[in-house]
Amino acid sequence: MTTSEMATGPAAGAPANTARQAAVDTAVDAGPRPAGTAASLGREGTGGGTAAGNGAAPGRRAAAAVVDGSGTAGEGSARRTLTLAKALNTGLLAAMQADPKTVIMGEDVGKLGGVFRITDGLQELFGEERVIDTPLAESAIVGTAIGLAMRGFRPVCEIQFDGFVYPAFDQIVSQLAKMHYRSAGRVRLPVTIRIPYGGGIGAVEHHSESPEAYFCHTAGLRVVTCSNPADAHLMIQQAVASDDPVIFLEPKRRYWEKGEVDTTPLADLPADLRTGLHSARVVRPGEDATVVAYGPMVRTCLDAAEVAAAEDGRSLEVIDLRSLSPLDLDPVIESTRRTGRLVAVHEAPSNVSLSSEIAARVTEQAFYHLEAPVLRVTGFDTPYPPARLEDHYLPDVDRILDAVDRSFGY
Amino acid sequence: MFAGVTELVQLLTPDGRRTTAASASGPEAEYQAHVADVTDDELVGLLRDMTIVRRLDDEGTALQRQGELSLWASLRGQEAAQIGSGRALGPDDMAFPSYREHGVAWCRGVDPLNVFGLFRGSSLGGWDPQEHGFALYAIVVGSQTLHATGYAMGVTRDHGEGAVISYFGDGASSEGDVSEAFGWASVFSAPLVFFCQNNQWAISEPYRRQSRVPVYQRARGFGFPSVRVDGNDVLATLAVTRWALQQARAGAGPVLVEALTYRINPHTTADDPSRYRPADELSTWRRRDPLDRLRTYLRARDVLTDELESSIAAEADAVAADLRARCLALPDPPEDSVFDHVQVTENSLVATERAAYTDLRGALL
Repeated sequence: MTTSEMATGPAAGAPANTARQAAVDTAVDAGPRPAGTAASLGREGTGGGTAAGNGAAPGRRAAAAVVDGSGTAGEGSARRTLTLAKALNTGLLAAMQADPKTVIMGEDVGKLGGVFRITDGLQELFGEERVIDTPLAESAIVGTAIGLAMRGFRPVCEIQFDGFVYPAFDQIVSQLAKMHYRSAGRVRLPVTIRIPYGGGIGAVEHHSESPEAYFCHTAGLRVVTCSNPADAHLMIQQAVASDDPVIFLEPKRRYWEKGEVDTTPLADLPADLRTGLHSARVVRPGEDATVVAYGPMVRTCLDAAEVAAAEDGRSLEVIDLRSLSPLDLDPVIESTRRTGRLVAVHEAPSNVSLSSEIAARVTEQAFYHLEAPVLRVTGFDTPYPPARLEDHYLPDVDRILDAVDRSFGY
Repeated sequence: MFAGVTELVQLLTPDGRRTTAASASGPEAEYQAHVADVTDDELVGLLRDMTIVRRLDDEGTALQRQGELSLWASLRGQEAAQIGSGRALGPDDMAFPSYREHGVAWCRGVDPLNVFGLFRGSSLGGWDPQEHGFALYAIVVGSQTLHATGYAMGVTRDHGEGAVISYFGDGASSEGDVSEAFGWASVFSAPLVFFCQNNQWAISEPYRRQSRVPVYQRARGFGFPSVRVDGNDVLATLAVTRWALQQARAGAGPVLVEALTYRINPHTTADDPSRYRPADELSTWRRRDPLDRLRTYLRARDVLTDELESSIAAEADAVAADLRARCLALPDPPEDSVFDHVQVTENSLVATERAAYTDLRGALL
């Protein structure tokens, strides 16, 4: 993105920041779209390594954080450097091995291995009865998964792209989410629905959306999203192992980013990691302001924190929510009480969004500690634009730092 | 046969005669074999079932009128379709109902109190689907056909013995989920019987508003067999459903059964069919009453006596009286239970809300 584009773009009100995004772009994101692979490799070298297990460079340090967070990292663990996509693939493989009732179903998940190759090689290993190429019918993918779950199976559904999930909406919100409640706890539906989501890959329409708020609004669903390979590997196993339905959102533009992954199978991890899915995590400690994000925006926020430290001498604390429903806001509230300032960031539009909920709850629980209102940096309340406009639509370093600046203006 | 209706399997005519001899070369002959073993006692059992579920149904309407149920969806007219198909099911089979299948629920051993509790607002369906082989009601019509398809795929995968039956109505036949279920069940050769009770009215919309072709003909495009049966003929419905389940269990894939019947009562107690339904149509279908024809047949053969019929009626009255008493005695669920079973693992938000509301209630007392 050039400076002149920015002048008419979303951060037009913050000229002091316009150069910052360009600096990041040049340093770490110079490749053509989809640029995730190059970006991740570039960025890993830029991290400061400030705090063991919780530093600024997301991929590698995130891996350490997941394991170190339990206090049990260590010997015997198998560490490999994987892309986020391969980490998901490896996690799914482990989940399939862990429970013979686990089945994978979706469009093109078999021979092709999925359009993003997340299920690559699994049909060859587990056969067509367990890795099922389905007809093109999203409502049926979820609806039949419900029936399979009632029969004792543990289905993992792939919805090919975010924008294709809506035909399955009834089956997700009225059927899958409510069956446990309607049956007074008698029916359990351990169904995972994987959805590649978010923009930034120059895709055609309906391939770049962020539908998380719809599902967070529905009781009975867990909604989680990973931001790095280590979390991807662990969280997909946790999701499959969960006896509750889980919407598992995969940040598709980060699929190609690499990071170190502990590939120890879930069953060999401590109990709190086996049953996780809930906890938010501080991915970069800081003192002056708090930035909360999830999924694809975690990386962008970490980049913003780098720039803020280098150019403004500001120390931003960055928190990765990981779980969107239920929200784990304790770390966010604790952090905001220390910093007095909070900026919430996501690609989804702002209206009735995750950041709406975060702002409301942080205001309720940290009111007397706030030096400024909770500010939000989000996609616009427009349909997702044509790909050549998406850099304007998607929050970037400049817009995040503009919000930080505004927060300090109060 | 009914005027204007072809390809309808019928083993008992509306005036209570067996069709066996007359149509030995027709499609009836094939299905006849599936009920050749049905004894007179079993026929009386079918009459008893139909009498009881009709009586329970009347009790539901009465309780709604008295303000004890918030709504009732009457099955009157569909007793044969439900009892005939329900009694074809074995213990290993799994049924996925819509919301009017009180007769099938009866066959599956579901306590009618649970069904009444649902319409009373005491629960969202109090029975255990696995225990009874009978899933929860599906009010989003058609959604259950996909659950049935998935369940049947599971039966294939774990090499189970049973088959699956999915009930739905003529209105639901227009839902996308039903078309998706047809396609999937066919492609995956699911051991599944799609059982459509075509009662001809989807609230105010007649079947001609749903489709230009009969329900049963739609299976052809999806590549699996289908049959239309007189849904007011309990014997034919039993025979056809037994045949269809046998096909499914044998690995031949899905079958679609269209049971042609009629919704005698309003869609629910909240409906007024006089605004849309011609009166003469109702009187025509009243003459095809499913209970009357079995009674006539059994009386003609001296199987059903006055005494036996009286004892069945008395039993039905007793079941209804017991149900009424238990329904009136149903306690409201504990207020705290609104928070129960949202998820297997209670999430932090629900836990917080539960605690806050409990505190508030405590403070208000």
